[in-house]
Amino acid sequence: MRQAMLIFKKEFKDYFISPIAYIVIAVFLLITGWLFFSTFFIIGQVDLRRFFNLMPFLFALVVPVITMRLFSEEFNVGSYEILLTMPVTFRDVILGKFFAGVAFVGAILLPTVSYALFISFLGELDWGVVTGSYLGALLLGSAYAAIGLFASSLTRNQIIACILGMVICGVLAIIDKMLFFFPQSVLPVVTYLSAAVHFENIAKGIIDSRDIIYFLSIMFIGLYATHLVLQEKK
Amino acid sequence: MIHVDHLTKYYDDFCAVDQISLNIEKGEIIGLLGPNGAGKTTTLRMLTGYFAPSAGDIHVKDFSVHDDPLAVKKLIGYLPESAPLYKGMLVYDYLSHLADIRGLSSSAKEKRLQELADMCGLRGIMHKTIETLSKGLKQRVGLAHAMMSDPEILVLDEPTSGLDPNQIVEIREIIKKIGEEKTVILSTHILSEAEATCDRIVIINKGKIIADGSTRDIKASNGEADTIRIEVRGANADELREKLKAVVGVEEVDLADGDEPPSLRADVRCQALRDPRADLYEAIKTTDWVLTDFHREAKTLETIFRELTREN
Repeated sequence: MRQAMLIFKKEFKDYFISPIAYIVIAVFLLITGWLFFSTFFIIGQVDLRRFFNLMPFLFALVVPVITMRLFSEEFNVGSYEILLTMPVTFRDVILGKFFAGVAFVGAILLPTVSYALFISFLGELDWGVVTGSYLGALLLGSAYAAIGLFASSLTRNQIIACILGMVICGVLAIIDKMLFFFPQSVLPVVTYLSAAVHFENIAKGIIDSRDIIYFLSIMFIGLYATHLVLQEKK
Repeated sequence: MIHVDHLTKYYDDFCAVDQISLNIEKGEIIGLLGPNGAGKTTTLRMLTGYFAPSAGDIHVKDFSVHDDPLAVKKLIGYLPESAPLYKGMLVYDYLSHLADIRGLSSSAKEKRLQELADMCGLRGIMHKTIETLSKGLKQRVGLAHAMMSDPEILVLDEPTSGLDPNQIVEIREIIKKIGEEKTVILSTHILSEAEATCDRIVIINKGKIIADGSTRDIKASNGEADTIRIEVRGANADELREKLKAVVGVEEVDLADGDEPPSLRADVRCQALRDPRADLYEAIKTTDWVLTDFHREAKTLETIFRELTREN
């Protein structure tokens, strides 16, 4: 676990060495800020619902950009060989990198707390719902990060890793809008697969174990699949 | 120290390493020699736990790479080919991160970093980004990386490839210094390098060991049949051949035009372990030819290597 912690520290620091981190944060804030506030005053409701509703789709585009470099870059530079010949296990490597990605998702969300503070001056804001929403967003981002990490472990090309991650996360994000394509019999299954549905539940402030289990399962599947890929590469 | 047992590696159905067995004693400097694609890097990667062997096993001390890879990795310091270090990091940050992973305490870390900086000549570049370093400097950082935990075994994959002659000498000095106390395994396809730095040479071709021993042993076991080159002016071919053939210990004489005609050049192949130079000189002394060149062409590792690794 000590090793995983060290890898986490290095990877998280790495994000802030390159300008990509700042660009991603800035673009994310720009898009969410504009989409949220452009209609905020017209609708005139003091809540963050429409901000959080953007998350499933927006994160599907942003999180893979964060995670794409985690393995692909190491494969490409060759430093993966150095990483693996240090006294670390696959588990250390995967967990370290995964939590670095999750922490960065947290770093993206952190500035948006100012939205909540700002609108709380305008009226009564339900902080319980807001807290639940942030928890949901973090779970959602973590699940996507696990998928993005898996995509990154498949290829040495960061662009391919990014697009692959976006496609998988994108499917989970919009599948509940595509229900009319599916036969009646599989509808419950397809609905259950939708990240957006589970996220919206949590974002309403309803902490249901089913939704939490859904996100934890996605994380587990993503990380385990990554483990299998790395094992196979040996 | 290291015991390699029938090590085999397949890439799909291409056999890169074919049942290699090898014993390495403590304190040896071993040179793994072979043409490109012979399986050197693959062997080293299996030794360091980066690849899993398809069959066979490696024991380092009492640990098997198969059952206890973590213990083996702790004993080995490894520098992969062309030192693929984390590009964006500062040299100091990089080495410090590595020291943490290798489990050095923070007081031991500072001390070790100082030692390595002196040993590998990194004093002036500790606060530079790795990607801005020249290849030679990067290689030195790589060496420091490999030696971080003061490992008993050092594995270096082509440590001098792509360096200029001055840098090669520098790196070689460092390796020799390390080799005084540690077991060093290095791979190379540059023969003079293996000859200059290694106690023992293992030649690999197509995944198999084809020679193993000290430079001297390898030369001797490949029948040190020296060639003596003689160049004379004023002789005719038949006469020269006859004269030389008559000397005891001469096996064959090849004649050709010399560098400055009308001189003749004779390549005299001798029987193994015979040195007929004195007799040859006596033979030529009896004539009135002018001797312009007379020297022995000792078989170099280079020729042996080429003979051993040639097709068929």
